Amino acid sequence: MARPSLTRLFGPIREARGVPKWVVIAGIAITIAFVVFALFAPWIAPYDFDTYRTADGVRFPKQGHPSGDHLFGTNVQSTDVLSRVIYGARTALEVVILAVIFSLAVGLPLGLISGYFGGKLDRVLLLVMDSLFAFPYLLLAIVVAFLLSDRLGRGVMTAAVSISVVYVPQYYRVVRNHVISVREETYVEAARALGAKPRTVISRYILQNVIQNVPVIATLNAADAILTLAALGFLGYGIQPTDAAEWGYDLQRAISDAGAGIWWTGLFPGFAIVTLVTGLTLLGEGLNDVLNPVLRRRPIQAVILPERQSRLPAGEAGV
Amino acid sequence: MSVLSARDLRVWYGTSRGPVRAVDGISLEINAGETLGLVGESGCGKSTLGRSILGLLPRGAVIDGELLYDGQNLTELSQRDFRRLRGPEIGLIFQEPMTRLNPLMRISDHFKETLEAHESSLTDEEIRRRSLDALGGMGIPPTRFRQYPHEFSGGMRQRIMIALTLVLRPKLLIADEPTTALDVLVEAQILQILGDLKKNADTALLLITHNLGIVAESCERVAVMYAGQIVEEGAARTVFSQPAHPYTSELLRSIISLKTTELHYIPGAPPDLADPPNACRFHPRCPYAMQVCTAKDPIEVRAETGQRVLCWLHGPEEEIPPGGKAPLEREAIAVAEEA
Amino acid sequence: MQKKPELNGTLLEVKDLKVHFPLRGSFVERLVGREPGSVKAVDGVSFQLQRGEVLGLVGESGSGKTTLGRALLRLAEPTEGAIVYDGRDITRVEEREMRSLRRKMQIVFQDPHASLNPAMDLETAVGHPLSIHGVTKDKVDMRRRVSEMLERVGLAPADRFLTKYPGDLSGGQKQRAVLARAIMLNPDLLVADEPVSMLDMSVRAKILELMIGLKDEFDLTYLYITHDLATARFFCDRIAIMYLGRIVELGQTEEIFANPRHPYTASLLRAIPEPDPAKGIPRDLPRGEVPDAVTPPHGCNFHPRCPRAFEVCGWEARDVRDLLEERWAGMAEQEFTREQALIGDLDALDEVSEIARVPSTEGVRSRHVVELLERIRREQPETRLWKGARSIEEGGKEALIQFHEGLEPRHLVVDSVEVECHLYDDEARGRAEEHARKGRK
Repeated sequence: MARPSLTRLFGPIREARGVPKWVVIAGIAITIAFVVFALFAPWIAPYDFDTYRTADGVRFPKQGHPSGDHLFGTNVQSTDVLSRVIYGARTALEVVILAVIFSLAVGLPLGLISGYFGGKLDRVLLLVMDSLFAFPYLLLAIVVAFLLSDRLGRGVMTAAVSISVVYVPQYYRVVRNHVISVREETYVEAARALGAKPRTVISRYILQNVIQNVPVIATLNAADAILTLAALGFLGYGIQPTDAAEWGYDLQRAISDAGAGIWWTGLFPGFAIVTLVTGLTLLGEGLNDVLNPVLRRRPIQAVILPERQSRLPAGEAGV
Repeated sequence: MSVLSARDLRVWYGTSRGPVRAVDGISLEINAGETLGLVGESGCGKSTLGRSILGLLPRGAVIDGELLYDGQNLTELSQRDFRRLRGPEIGLIFQEPMTRLNPLMRISDHFKETLEAHESSLTDEEIRRRSLDALGGMGIPPTRFRQYPHEFSGGMRQRIMIALTLVLRPKLLIADEPTTALDVLVEAQILQILGDLKKNADTALLLITHNLGIVAESCERVAVMYAGQIVEEGAARTVFSQPAHPYTSELLRSIISLKTTELHYIPGAPPDLADPPNACRFHPRCPYAMQVCTAKDPIEVRAETGQRVLCWLHGPEEEIPPGGKAPLEREAIAVAEEA
Repeated sequence: MQKKPELNGTLLEVKDLKVHFPLRGSFVERLVGREPGSVKAVDGVSFQLQRGEVLGLVGESGSGKTTLGRALLRLAEPTEGAIVYDGRDITRVEEREMRSLRRKMQIVFQDPHASLNPAMDLETAVGHPLSIHGVTKDKVDMRRRVSEMLERVGLAPADRFLTKYPGDLSGGQKQRAVLARAIMLNPDLLVADEPVSMLDMSVRAKILELMIGLKDEFDLTYLYITHDLATARFFCDRIAIMYLGRIVELGQTEEIFANPRHPYTASLLRAIPEPDPAKGIPRDLPRGEVPDAVTPPHGCNFHPRCPRAFEVCGWEARDVRDLLEERWAGMAEQEFTREQALIGDLDALDEVSEIARVPSTEGVRSRHVVELLERIRREQPETRLWKGARSIEEGGKEALIQFHEGLEPRHLVVDSVEVECHLYDDEARGRAEEHARKGRK
């Protein structure tokens, strides 16, 4: 089961040539760099994200210029900007991975059921999802974050849930529409004719053929989710500053610095956001080019016609 | 007088597995006002041959040899020259008529567009008359001239497509499986129309099909393709009644017709054209294969019955090395090795 | 494989089965609550399938043969009538029960490529029926059974094919795999919907041979759906010819081919392209195409195309439109313009009515239209439509063609062949003669 989907994903990447291939590779490289930052933040970052003094109690300079001790300088709270950027990657990836999992966990099954069974259920779900989709996404995220902050606090979980609410309709739509076309395939009818239950038909015949789209939209949505997370943080509805480092929050704090010529507090978190979003977008678009059979161009070897053998007398056999 | 003549034409495709020899050394002539049937199973290169005449080869295809139309060698033509040729000189009838008609355009607009593109000097009245003539010839009533494609049935759409091709009065018409998507009765109607063509106009027709029945009923000459080569070519009557190449006779025997009383089939499958068998390409499946068939490329000869044939059974004797006529021990071919 | 007990008798009986698909209709139509009608894909079909026989269901596209095949397995919902399988009425059986019944009824579709899940290897695909019905959960047992079956259908050595995906196989091989999957559960009935028509000529014989072998070995009963009379003749014991949702003729294969009763069967037989250059394309085949199944023709469905239609076959207004259009299609432009100038909008003829109201153009007297129609009648007296026309009269702004009353063809048995055609109905013929006699007076 896993084998075909994996080979179907990686086979084309290996086969791909030219621009799409380099787009995918650039995307993978950038994304992996951030994943490494995230995973090994405690070892890579010189300080903790909320450290504002050395081990022996000496406070870091406030809004200190980049220097040997603090490569990216320090911010208004005296914390190390470099460390916050690196730990920010960790927060971002945590939230985004959780958000993708949540929205997939809700959107995928709903899309499958809605598309396969159709009828009234489909219409109701479609209506709900479309109204969610029509809602300004940031507003929606803020409302959910606000509602959840009482129960879950303002941590990674709240951010992840409020972001997933925004993306569930997208997964639902893509999956549902694809299911509707796959449902009409002969092999699905053949499965029904074999006596398979709807559950079996969906899981063994439809899911496998629908899931190929998911990596592409998941990656593209992840890029989008980074921006949403940053926006939430920037507006003050994101993660509690004491819980984790978060680029959007840092950017917001850096606004007042910018007027005073303190560029480093804003530049580096902003740069991190742009780079990660670019990386994920490249990856998603590249995957789309590589995986989508319509856009895909198979590699071909140039043909060089061998010299014609004279027909009479017949030459040796073969070429 | 020949409209089109191919000499030693080769069309190879580039693929990830290396070159595929879709057309590999074909010589063929089509005469004015004649219907030539090109038959073969899927993957034998017959459609590629049709496309190469129209300059519609895909990316990565290489063509060489000679393909003469009206004094020009089509293998050397640019895409721009081909565009001028397609339509007024060489017409094409596709398999799927619906996909070729724009659903948002009236039939009248299709004709207007086609005629204006190639004969800009026509007045609107002339365009109308020419279009209605062409449609009337196909049995489409003039009352429906201004309707949209979806208002017509499948057979009518195919007839509209044919009218749209014929309105430019091409000298050569290439029909690639023109009736495959149609029912028997409609198919017969279309074949009748194509048959009438050669009587009324001087249009030559290259009919590409896998259906030997269609060729038998509507073509004067037939060329049988196997694995990128024409293995037999001659008068339809002769080829069907006295096939010279073992592939032709085996293929004819394996067709299920109304007269079939027992099943027969050719063991094995057509070869992979990226790696065709040595020498004669049919030898692994041929019931009459000889030693020479694996060793030397067959040489085209004329069979006693008059058709051109590419098979050592018909000689030339002087080219067959001593002992070459000994029968070939064939390896057993698994049942499921098939196309 | 265990043999089923030798049983004779009826395996499947279909009684007056109808499958109609409601049309969705346009937004406006739904808004005003107008009934959008339905596609009458299968419209009253009855037949019996004996154990161990091969029944051919032959028809053109649009005849409803595929829908009928699907409806038998309840893959399409029957609208009316009954399907009795092995003595049990399954027309309204619940989906849950139907699932277990499907062990005994299987179907093979036309396109082998589309019938296999592209993401499933052959072992899983062919073995899936076993796990669906809980026959075996044991992996080793499963593999053994699948391998046996693959080798039986010619995919040998099985080891080479177990791990293959559909994309790696040729058309013939895929159809073999599909057959293997279908008979994995040892069914009684196999509905084969054009199983060879997408395959190359030289492969068809192999697959048919395989199907014949499987039938004998597994005691199968086949319903062989096809548009190809040649394979049907070779393969089937009995043949049913379908046209526009109805079986128009049903009988022993030899009888149907030797002596086709229904004019439609006869035309089909003559239209088949045979690999014999001595036989040309027949010139006098029925024109036109299978009509729309939403509003099928009045009376006999085949009458508009029938070369032998007569008084009572169901002539109606729409036939007049066809007649005029056909005439104009072959006409010189001047003449056409002259004739068309007399007649108003032909859409007025698009109704199911035994009176054709041919409108005259504004300012043209209906007498001229009547004269034109009379002239057409004189010029083309052999056109079957005129047999049905009782009178042509002037009527205000239109010319009225009154047709004889059309009759629905009845189900008749003529020398062991079931046929639905007035030609064999003494009563209908009598009525027609009466009409003709009155007409002459």
